[in-house]
Amino acid sequence: MQAHQRMLDPTPNGQHSVESPLLRTIGLTKRYGDFLANDCIDIEIRPREIHALLGENGAGKSTLVRAIYGLIQPSAGEIHWQGERIVLSGPSEARSRGIGMVFQHFSLFDNLTVAENVALGLDGKESFKDMSARLEQVSKTYGLPLDPRREVWQLSVGERQRIEIVRALMQDPKFLILDEPTAVLTPQEADQLFIVLDRLKAEGRAILYISHKLEEVKRLCDTATILRGGRKVETCNPRLETAASLARMMVGGEVKEVKGASGRKTTVPRLVVNDLSLAPVEAHGVRLEHISFELKGGEILGIAGVAGNGQDELFAALSGERLAKDPGTVVIEGIAAGHLSITQRRKLGAAFVPEERLGHGTAPRMRLSENALLTGHAASGMVHRGFIDTAATLRTVDRATETFGVRKAKRDPEAASLSGGNLQKFIVGREILRNPAVLVVSQPTWGVDAGAAAVIRQALLDLATAGAAVLVTSQDLDELAEIADRIAVMFHGKLSAPLSAREASREKLGLLMGGSSLQPKEIAHAAGA
Amino acid sequence: MQLVLEKRSERSGTIALVSPLIAIGLTIVTMVILFAILGKNPLLALHAYFIAPLTDGYSLQEIAVKATPLVMIAIGLSLCYLANAWNIGAEGQFLIGAVAGSWIAVKTQGTDAGAWVLPAMLVLAAAAGALYALIPAICKVKFGASEILTSLMLVYVADLFLDYLVRGPWRDPHGFNFPITAEFDPVATVPLLIEGGRLHLGSIIALLVVAAAAILLGRTIKGFEIRVVGAAPRAARFGGFNANQLIILTFAVSGALAGLAGIIEVAGPVGHLQPGISPGYGFTAIIVAFLGRLNPLGILIAGLFLALTFIGGEQAQIAMKIPLDVTKVFQGILLFYVLACDSLILYRFKLVFPNRKVVARGAG
Repeated sequence: MQAHQRMLDPTPNGQHSVESPLLRTIGLTKRYGDFLANDCIDIEIRPREIHALLGENGAGKSTLVRAIYGLIQPSAGEIHWQGERIVLSGPSEARSRGIGMVFQHFSLFDNLTVAENVALGLDGKESFKDMSARLEQVSKTYGLPLDPRREVWQLSVGERQRIEIVRALMQDPKFLILDEPTAVLTPQEADQLFIVLDRLKAEGRAILYISHKLEEVKRLCDTATILRGGRKVETCNPRLETAASLARMMVGGEVKEVKGASGRKTTVPRLVVNDLSLAPVEAHGVRLEHISFELKGGEILGIAGVAGNGQDELFAALSGERLAKDPGTVVIEGIAAGHLSITQRRKLGAAFVPEERLGHGTAPRMRLSENALLTGHAASGMVHRGFIDTAATLRTVDRATETFGVRKAKRDPEAASLSGGNLQKFIVGREILRNPAVLVVSQPTWGVDAGAAAVIRQALLDLATAGAAVLVTSQDLDELAEIADRIAVMFHGKLSAPLSAREASREKLGLLMGGSSLQPKEIAHAAGA
Repeated sequence: MQLVLEKRSERSGTIALVSPLIAIGLTIVTMVILFAILGKNPLLALHAYFIAPLTDGYSLQEIAVKATPLVMIAIGLSLCYLANAWNIGAEGQFLIGAVAGSWIAVKTQGTDAGAWVLPAMLVLAAAAGALYALIPAICKVKFGASEILTSLMLVYVADLFLDYLVRGPWRDPHGFNFPITAEFDPVATVPLLIEGGRLHLGSIIALLVVAAAAILLGRTIKGFEIRVVGAAPRAARFGGFNANQLIILTFAVSGALAGLAGIIEVAGPVGHLQPGISPGYGFTAIIVAFLGRLNPLGILIAGLFLALTFIGGEQAQIAMKIPLDVTKVFQGILLFYVLACDSLILYRFKLVFPNRKVVARGAG
C-alpha cells in the first residue's frame, strides 16, 4: 500500500501559500452550441489549499470540474498539472495523475457490498482481499467508518458518500474535487466531513470544494473562486468577505429578502394525516410508518430530512399518485381523501408541486399551455364538454408569467426550453393561480437561482397569508427556517412531532435527521397505542 | 474536423415536416442503387413506380382504394403509438374484422335481407376488431405481457382462422373447390362512388376517420391525455391520467378501425372472403403512421404515398419484371429512414473543428 504523505502546513490559515500551483487552467472554455458553459476561466489551486468554487446553478461549476477531471474536453484553453500542460483522455487518466473526484450523485450499485463497489471503481490490479484490507485501513485512518461487507442499499446517504470519498482516497490523490458534498448530509455529518477535509489539507493535498452554502465556505475554505454565467467573477479569500458580499458576487446584484406577514392567523385544519402507513412499491423503497400531522389554514409546515427517508413516498401518498387503503388517513378540507385520485383531490382544493420539474411536474416536450392544462384540466374551466379551451390555457400561462416574472423566449415555449428557475416559477405559479386551499410542495427551490428562489418562497408565504395550508418538504434547513412556522423531520419513513420554527435549532433538527431522538418518542407512541 | 449530433433546445417544427421528405429522398437514392444492382434501368423503374400510376384515372382511383385501409388502420395505430402502446397486430385485427363482417354476409346469402345488412356488417367487424385487440391490451395491463409480441402473434391466429373458414364451413359450394366464399349479395357490398369505377364509400369513411382523429388529438382533453401518457408517463400520472386505461382504449379504437377496414376491403374491392385479402395492410400501416408523423393529416398523405408504391410495384412487375417483393423492400427501407431522420427533430448536425493548439484568450 502506498504511504500517505504527512506534511505540516507551514502557512497560517487563510493565506495563500507561495508554492507553485498544483493545477491551473488558462482560458478554459467549453462551448455547447451557441452556449458558453465556461468562458475563459483561469483558476489556480495550490497544495494545502481548500479552494471553494462558488456559483449559482448554471454558473458553470460542474462544467469546469468535469473538464478538470477529464469527463469532457474543453473547446479551448489549457489545463496545467504540476507545471506541465496536460490533455486528459478521460477520468482514468485524471485518476492516475492524482486527481480524484466525489460526485454529488453517487454511482453505486445497491445490491453490491461496499468492497465490491469500491473494487469496481478502482483501476488497479490488486486482489480483492488486499483491496478490502486497504479499504478498511483507509477508512479507519481518516475516521470514515465503513463495513466493507455490507450491501449499499442498507446504508444511509452519509455512509454512501463515505464510500465515494474512501474510494477516491484509496488512489492517494494529490487533488480531490468534491461536488456539493454537504447537500445530502445532516449538520452533524457535515461537521464530521469538515474534520476529514482539514486533515487531508494538512497532509498536503489540495481540495476543490463546490458549494453554494456561503457560511460553510467561509468556515472551511482558504480561497474562493466565484463563477457567474460561465465566467469567473472573482477569486478571493472567503474569510475576509461577508456572506452577503459573496452572495452579491454570485448573483450579480442584491438578493431580495423574503418577508412574511407578521399577523398571520391560523384557521381551520385543511390537511390532516392520520396514522398513514404505506408499504414500499420498489425493492429497497421506504415504508411510511404511522405518519400523523395536522396543518391549518394560514400555516406553513416544513418537513426536513436527508433525501430518501420517505419524502417522495409521502408526496405520492398525499397527492394521490399512490392511494391509501383507508380513506381516513388523508383528510383534505374535512373530507376523507385517502382513496381519491389526484384529480379528485385537486377538485377538493389541493395543489401539488413535485420535486422533479421535468418529467414529473411538466411534460418536457410539451408547451407551457399544455402543461397548464396538465394539472388544471380538472378544476380550472380549461375544458368544456371534453373540448380544450386553448385560450384559457394560454391565459394561465400569461398570468403565471406576469405574476411570477417567468422569463422565456416566446409566449408559449416547450417546458424543457426554460431554465430551472423560470420553469419552477411557472410550475409554482400554475398551482398558486388556482387558489388552492392546500399546497403540498416538494423541494420548491432545488437547483433554482437565488432570484427565482426568493420569488417562490415569497409566493408560498403570501399563499399562507391568504389562508391556505402549505406543506413544504425541503433538504435546505435555511429555507425551512425562513418560511416555515413549524418543522418536522422525516427519518426512515417516520415523521417526528413538529417543532415550532423558533425552537427548531440546526442542532436539534440535525439530531432528528440522523434518527437520534426518535427512539424515546417511538416507545411512547407504542406505549400509548 | 468532426461531425457531431447536437441537441436542440426545442423541437424543430420545420424539420418535423421536412424529415419524412428527407427519408423519402434517401429511400429513392437507395432504390436507384438497388435497381442498378438488379440490372434494371433505375430511371425507367422509378418512372414505373412513381410516375406511371399517376397518369391514368384508373390507377388514380386504385391508389385511393389501396390508401383507404392503410389510412384507417394507421390512424388507429397512431393513437396507440402516441400513448406508448405498441400495437403491431393490426393485420390480425383487420382479418378478424373481415371474418366477423363476412359472417353476416355469408349467413344472409341469397335471402331477401334488407338494407340493414351492410351497416350490421360494419358494426360487427369494428366490434370484433376491437375485442381482438383487447386480448393483448388486457394481457399487458393485467400481467405485464409485452403487447408487441402478443399482438403480433395473434396475427397468425387470425390468418389461419380465416384460412380454415374459407376452406371449410364457408367455402362456396359452386366455387370449384377454391378457398373462397360466394360473392356477397349487393346489400352486403360497399357501394361504389362512381358507377363502373373503383372508388367506393370506404374512402369517404376513411376521410371522416381522419377528420375525427384530428379533432380528437388537437382539440379534446382525451387527445391530450393520449399525447401526455406517451410523451411523459410520470407527468401524465401526476396530471391524473391513467396509462392502463389508455392502453385499453387506444387498442380498442385501433382494433375497431382495423376491423372496419377489413370488412370494407372484403365487402368492397374484393367482394368475397378469401385468403390473401390483405397484401400486408396492417404492417404497411405502421410505416404510414410513422411516415405521417402520427398526425392525422400526415397519415392521409403518407397513406396515399404508400398506396402509390403498391400500384407502382405492380406496374414495375408487369413492365420491367421487377419482383413484387421489391415493394416490401422499399417500404422497409423507408421506415428505417423515417425513424433515422426523426433524430433530426431533436438534434442537429454540426461540424466541429477542435482547436487544440491555438487558444483564443480573452483579456484577464
